[in-house]
Amino acid sequence: MRDVHVSAITDAVKKLCIEANLDLEPDMLRAFDGALRRERSPAGKQVLQILKQNAEMARTRRIPYCQDTGFVVCFVELGQDVHVTGGGLDDAINDGVRQGYTEGYLRASIVRSPFDRVNTGDNTPAVIHVDVGPGATLRIMVMAKGGGCENRSKYKMLTPAEGVAGVKEWIIECVKTAGPDACPPLILGVGVGGTFEKSAILSKKALFRELGSPNPDPQLDALEKELLDRANRLGIGPQGYGGDTTAFGIHILTYPCHITSLPVAVTIECHAHRHKEVTL
Amino acid sequence: MSVTTAADGIKEIGTPLSDGDVESLRAGDRVRITGVLYTARDAAHGRLLPLIEKGEKLPFDPRGQIIYYTGPSPARPGDVVGSIGPTTASRMDTFTPSLLGLGLKGTIGKGYRSQPVKDALRAYKGVYFGAIGGAGAVLSQFIKKLSIVAYEDLGTEAIRRLEVEGFPAIVVNDCHGGDLYQDGVKAYAREGA
Repeated sequence: MRDVHVSAITDAVKKLCIEANLDLEPDMLRAFDGALRRERSPAGKQVLQILKQNAEMARTRRIPYCQDTGFVVCFVELGQDVHVTGGGLDDAINDGVRQGYTEGYLRASIVRSPFDRVNTGDNTPAVIHVDVGPGATLRIMVMAKGGGCENRSKYKMLTPAEGVAGVKEWIIECVKTAGPDACPPLILGVGVGGTFEKSAILSKKALFRELGSPNPDPQLDALEKELLDRANRLGIGPQGYGGDTTAFGIHILTYPCHITSLPVAVTIECHAHRHKEVTL
Repeated sequence: MSVTTAADGIKEIGTPLSDGDVESLRAGDRVRITGVLYTARDAAHGRLLPLIEKGEKLPFDPRGQIIYYTGPSPARPGDVVGSIGPTTASRMDTFTPSLLGLGLKGTIGKGYRSQPVKDALRAYKGVYFGAIGGAGAVLSQFIKKLSIVAYEDLGTEAIRRLEVEGFPAIVVNDCHGGDLYQDGVKAYAREGA
């Protein structure tokens, strides 16, 4: 067994929360440059240039890229030979969120109850997903998930007969309904298969794959490329002002499913795609 | 007139706005706004609604004014404000027609508006501007002063009065039925989507 003290987890999460909101990952910066080369629309180009400038200003002036500094969604891959000491894993993560959001001048966007809607004041709690597997390391992946795009995420139970054609139509429909509300250029995380909740979780996890990297499954990779091309023919463009860059990427994860089912979950992510990870 | 066209083709807007100012704006016009904006989003609108229904005085006089749908991140010491980009406007759709009826002239946000809002823009001479969603760091530069007007307990959702200089936006829905989102898709949609 390898001991990992909760203070190391808290420190790591704090740092990831702050850095995610201030330092956009290189895959996003490359996506802006790639889109600027292809975009035909002057208004679309101007939006992309301002977003690049925004990323630079966030990095240098230490001011969040977006005022919605997100709901912290945390995926943990916990090696079964790791022994977390000094307290609970969830508490350690939430302490990291609390410290990161308070000390980093990040916005508190979480209310304690969906009904009374009183702000918790420190952006806690996070949404935490833990997978246990072999090994003696602890991998923590953090996403600061914006609310505007999350509100356009969708779910549909298709029938097996609807098949891959039905899945494609549904995903394109999701891009259309998200439109300018969700701050395009978008990234789509898609979970296909499993049960109701499994596909939804996969749709979030799919977003952690590096933007622009191929899907390891060649068939899914071809499907992703086809759907991205179709999404970028819709004309919605950056911010919905019209153009060729409606989406930066579509990432698909699948899971075996029941003979009756074809669940499809689509998490809509905006261009403020703030994700960071660390392995302890 | 407090709308003029600058040498770079961008329309310079000074607040407050008159009916004539609003009528001179067309979907797709790029603008720079100088003057006062009031911030309000979900929770603040929720508190304004009962006041409007009872005909009571609002915490600010909406006549000629612009509401910016935003909840800024906290300012670092020495800064006026933190990150301050727009939030999705459609969540305020149910409140907007009655505010336009009270003389509000403009709103700034991102995303689609409902048909009742578009109808109210025509009926009351109002305009809906888009600001670039997610460009909160860049947009913070245009905020010169900030004060809390009401509902401080709401934190980021409190109503704030902003003094802005050259705040960049684009006309999405004008008072003539123009819609930038529809025009954009028409211009750039390609076969095979």
